[in-house]
Amino acid sequence: MGGIIIRRLGSAVPILLIVSLITFAMIHLIPGDPAAAIAGLSATQEQIANIRHDLGLDQPLLTQLWRWYAGLLHGNLGRSLLLGQPVVQATMLRLPVTLALSAYALVITLLIGLGSGIIAALRQNSWVDQVAMIFAMIGISLPNFYLGLLMIIFFAVDLRWLPTGGYIAFTDDPFGWLATSTMPAVSLALLLAGLLARITRSTMLEVLRQDYIRTARAKGLPRRLVVVKHALANALIPITTVVGIIVSLLISGSVVTETLFSIPGIGQLLTQAVLNRDYPMVQGGLFITTALLVLVNIGVDVCYALLDPRVRYDGA
Amino acid sequence: MAPDTVIALAAAGIEDDLLERHHHPAWATVRRLLHHRLFVTGLLLFSIIAIVAALAPWIAPVDPNKLAMRQKFLPPSPEHLFGTDNFGRSLWSRVVWGAQLSMIIGSAVVAINAVFGTLIGAAAGYFRSLDNVLMRINDALMAFPAVLLAIGVTAVLGPSVNDVIIALGVVYTPRTARIVRSSVIVLREMEYVQAAVAAGAGHWRILRRHILPNAMAPLIVQLSFLFAYAVLTEATLSFLGVGAVPPTPTWGNIMAEGRQYMIDAPWIITIPGAALMITVLGLNLLGDGLRDVLDPRLRIQQ
Repeated sequence: MGGIIIRRLGSAVPILLIVSLITFAMIHLIPGDPAAAIAGLSATQEQIANIRHDLGLDQPLLTQLWRWYAGLLHGNLGRSLLLGQPVVQATMLRLPVTLALSAYALVITLLIGLGSGIIAALRQNSWVDQVAMIFAMIGISLPNFYLGLLMIIFFAVDLRWLPTGGYIAFTDDPFGWLATSTMPAVSLALLLAGLLARITRSTMLEVLRQDYIRTARAKGLPRRLVVVKHALANALIPITTVVGIIVSLLISGSVVTETLFSIPGIGQLLTQAVLNRDYPMVQGGLFITTALLVLVNIGVDVCYALLDPRVRYDGA
Repeated sequence: MAPDTVIALAAAGIEDDLLERHHHPAWATVRRLLHHRLFVTGLLLFSIIAIVAALAPWIAPVDPNKLAMRQKFLPPSPEHLFGTDNFGRSLWSRVVWGAQLSMIIGSAVVAINAVFGTLIGAAAGYFRSLDNVLMRINDALMAFPAVLLAIGVTAVLGPSVNDVIIALGVVYTPRTARIVRSSVIVLREMEYVQAAVAAGAGHWRILRRHILPNAMAPLIVQLSFLFAYAVLTEATLSFLGVGAVPPTPTWGNIMAEGRQYMIDAPWIITIPGAALMITVLGLNLLGDGLRDVLDPRLRIQQ
């Protein structure tokens, strides 16, 4: 087991190295003078020179690269120009918000996606199956910010059931958190639930066709038992690999959802950083988020190996 | 054949197959696509948007940026088909021109992916020495959450239409390259390719004549989904304000501007959003249909 974890961590090293190199290069790929671009149109020569010096852009490229990696290893990614805070600190402050929202959305995704996918597979070609798949198709085609806007118009403006936006931390007030997070989480989750439902359905159909399912039924086991213990248990294994992709899509989706519902998470932080040309924040936030996602994917792979002994013994 | 056998065969669709043998194989594929209900629905939805976009100068002659402050917030009516916005601009014109921009950006991203995705994927899949390097870079680009990378790239390049196209190209090309690479790896080991190698064919000829034509099916399927992602992500970027900047009308920035007025003038949001959804739904259905017909291995069981 330890072998798997070490191998996966090992394969993450080159990826993280290139990810960090790309984020480092970003500021140098700005057309023209990056310092002038950051300072904006109305800046004086002196202000531009100050920014150039503060960001170390006046140093040779190799020195800058060296500083970037030395900083990475010390957990120092520079200071946000907009917030004046260290980038790592600003990110870590916002991270719990995005994680809580993503976790909530993930739970909804799993409940709806797995549930409807399994039911659709068990009642293949029935009206339940068709309705579920039509909803899944609409779900994957509905832009999450459009769904969010429609929900705001309906549930917040017309019915006044939920606030239009804002955020209350779970630790401050669990019910307030539920009230502020439900619409964002649902608008994020429906798209992914559609995706998951389609994958779950096809995986279940694949498994249900296997010989061991027929054997189990033939030897007289009740259908319910066969579905839960034989089919579902095996279908869930390939589905775990999808969870990594879903988490990545959740983080992607949270960028616009957080902005739409004024939720102070990573997505909103980075959008603001981009709009205000706060490049150290963009670089650092992008790197931290991506590195975390790489770790999540390693976790998913390890779970996969735990669930499926074949992966472990093949040494794949 | 006994009449009931003929009926049974026809019912099973076998007769169609018998007839198809007399035609060119491409026609058989087209026929199967046209028999695919979801594909036809998708094609119809997508065509509506594409035709509207192509005819923009004729069907929406009013300048999408023409201000008419006396005609603010008019609801949809026969005179103003989609109503007007906070500056009295015709929402019909804005949505139609927005459709054109979405189609241009979608096609450009698809073209970038078709060219570079194929080049990178074929190089990585065919030449083992290149595989490691190319796929490491690919994996790194795919490790970024898509929308975050896209806003990161627009932060670097700027918010013009061209920059958005490049950003979406950077985000999605690695995904396309990976799909091309997996087909090329499988095809490279096929016996007919080995035979071509033995017959003395060069790398270029083998790739072009023997491998790439057979790697097209999964690529075409991917490109139709990619068109949907590109349109969707472009709308997301311009909704966030990091895409094409106003006054250029895009579905995303029309909706972003409409947000403030959603209580009194919800049509500013609902109409472009519906257009966006129709486009994405159409392309997804199209992609599903293409996959069922062209690439049965990947098929979601019917």
